Amino acid sequence: MSAPPVGRPKAARSTASLRHRLAERGVDTSLLMLVPALVFTGALFIYPFSYGIGLTFQPSAAIQEQWGGGVFANYTAFFKDAFTFDSVYLTMRLALPVALFNVLVSIPVAFKLRHRFRGKKFLTTLLVLPITLGTVLTAQGLLIFAGRQGWLNRFLLQIGLIDEPLKLVHNYLGVMFSLIISGFPFAFLLISSYLSGIDPSIEAAAKTMGADWKQRFRRVILPLLAPGLATTFILTFVLAFSVFPSARLVGDAMGETRVMALMGYRAFAEQIDYPMASTIAIMMGVVELLVIAVVLLWRSFMYKGSTGGKG
Amino acid sequence: MAIAASKFESLELTGVGRSFGGVDALVDLNLTIRAGEFIALLGPSGCGKSTALNCLAGLLPLTHGQVLIDGKRVDTVPAANRGFGMVFQNYALFPHLTVEKNIAFGLQMRNVPKAELKRRVAEIIALVKLEQHTKKLPGQLSGGQQQRVAIARAVVLEPRLVLMDEPLSNLDAKLRLEMRTELRRLHQSLGLTTLYVTHDQEEALSMADRLVVLREGRVQQIGTPEDLHDNPANWHVADFMGYRNLIDLDVTSVDGSTVTVDDKGFMLRGTTVEPVTVGQKVRTAIRPEDLVVVSPAEPVIGGNTTTATVSVVEYHGREFAVGVTTTGGRFLHVRADHAPAIGSTVELTADPARVLVFQVDPNDVATLSVEERELLEMRT
Repeated sequence: MSAPPVGRPKAARSTASLRHRLAERGVDTSLLMLVPALVFTGALFIYPFSYGIGLTFQPSAAIQEQWGGGVFANYTAFFKDAFTFDSVYLTMRLALPVALFNVLVSIPVAFKLRHRFRGKKFLTTLLVLPITLGTVLTAQGLLIFAGRQGWLNRFLLQIGLIDEPLKLVHNYLGVMFSLIISGFPFAFLLISSYLSGIDPSIEAAAKTMGADWKQRFRRVILPLLAPGLATTFILTFVLAFSVFPSARLVGDAMGETRVMALMGYRAFAEQIDYPMASTIAIMMGVVELLVIAVVLLWRSFMYKGSTGGKG
Repeated sequence: MAIAASKFESLELTGVGRSFGGVDALVDLNLTIRAGEFIALLGPSGCGKSTALNCLAGLLPLTHGQVLIDGKRVDTVPAANRGFGMVFQNYALFPHLTVEKNIAFGLQMRNVPKAELKRRVAEIIALVKLEQHTKKLPGQLSGGQQQRVAIARAVVLEPRLVLMDEPLSNLDAKLRLEMRTELRRLHQSLGLTTLYVTHDQEEALSMADRLVVLREGRVQQIGTPEDLHDNPANWHVADFMGYRNLIDLDVTSVDGSTVTVDDKGFMLRGTTVEPVTVGQKVRTAIRPEDLVVVSPAEPVIGGNTTTATVSVVEYHGREFAVGVTTTGGRFLHVRADHAPAIGSTVELTADPARVLVFQVDPNDVATLSVEERELLEMRT
């Protein structure tokens, strides 16, 4: 090819007005619609959040004296004070198994409820209902049902199955039950919708190619569902990690369920040490972010594109 | 060619039926498929053709009848063990697997040794001309390429029977024509036995060895493309086979199989397909290309002629598609080798053998499907 190079006019200046050129780049009056959102984010999130971070570097005199570390005294205290630092482990011990349980149990339930059958609506309603209850009502119910004098224990004692009442509340188990009751509906709803986003004909195709149900699940459904599972896990984990009322009401607030939120509240309301309370709150966020980062890292190795369905 | 279809003598469907909660989607389908045949299941949407396919694939259990291969029942065998390949309408490719892995999936499920698996996958990829795209995900392919992956994935397993569910309906017109030839070529070179579902009569006529026309879950006619094209068994099949002129006329005389039909001066001679008597209301089916405007190059055929007024003229390349209105106010599609003036009266002629006369049930309207009723309303 020996066509002579066509001399193109260098960067022909657009003759459109400035306003038009800005609009092409997405700058126009419709941006004003963002103002309320920006105001709220600034006033209710960014300002208090930075203020809280600022507070953590203004440790009280008592903390500074006890733990040293200058402006970082609050953080030194957080890591060195076993009573405080143990709460990280205690919270994780609750939140991780609960989130895992909610996700893993939701998968088969969502699978079963995928097809149409008689009573599906009723069953779904029953599974989702706990969302409406709220933590306090759940805790109250648990105390009445599973407490020492609750009718579960009385029933089991009376039929002679147990000799002593089971200890199901005011401990680790009580909080765990409460978190599952309130977290499971979320996990179930999310996973159901992710599952309905997978085109059923993809599974049918695997079937005609000779895959049995285990192979179909492991090789086709699971990889397509994995990103959804990760998201669901993160959400239920965060929900469980910030547990506060049930840790107090059906837990053992100064023992096995001394979660981070309780520690923060203690610093804030009992010791009136706002900087320490802020430090605990910030550290809660940091731990959550760490877990989320690990999950997202795992997710990044998974297929993330379309799953062909209506999702 | 190392990839070849597994053999059987015949596949027999006897009284196959499927109902959904009391509603019959498919009723009493009897069909014998010989090895190597290309059979098209043809019908309008909702006629039960996809149901038939899914039943055969084992994705839907039968409610009546059975499916036999060489005398052995297969309708009780789970879908995973039937050894049929299926191509889905939306392709149903695994979106998280590359082209290569999509195709290898079925072979892996069958524990085919690695060396053989590689060889077979490479071979089929060459056959469907996707060598450039083996490492791509389905989402990165065009519709036609995805289509070829779907076909390769089904065919690489050397299935006894390939089921295709409107595989070309999502492609654009040009690609559809190309893939049609491609499918036919694959079918012949691999010796596949294919059951092909479509609502496109042209597609079915051009590809299939035999056609099965379904309507409302019931078989209307089974035959070769020529059979169906020239001798539809009833007016429903005629309607579906491109007999665009379906007119209700009265029989004025019967002479053997030749009858004269008339409506307010619009009179033609035709051939009966179903027995009729004088005075009976009948439905007459004529293809547009069989009803032509008389001109020096198009002489009157067998003295069979009538007149009508021109109302629409469309240019179609070599000929003109003309819409005419009869004295009775009926609109007909005819062909002409010239463009007649709009509003002029033209003479039409048709070979009496190509004017097919069918019985029509007087309370037929009640038995029509919604789609057919809409079409009928448009016509009258």
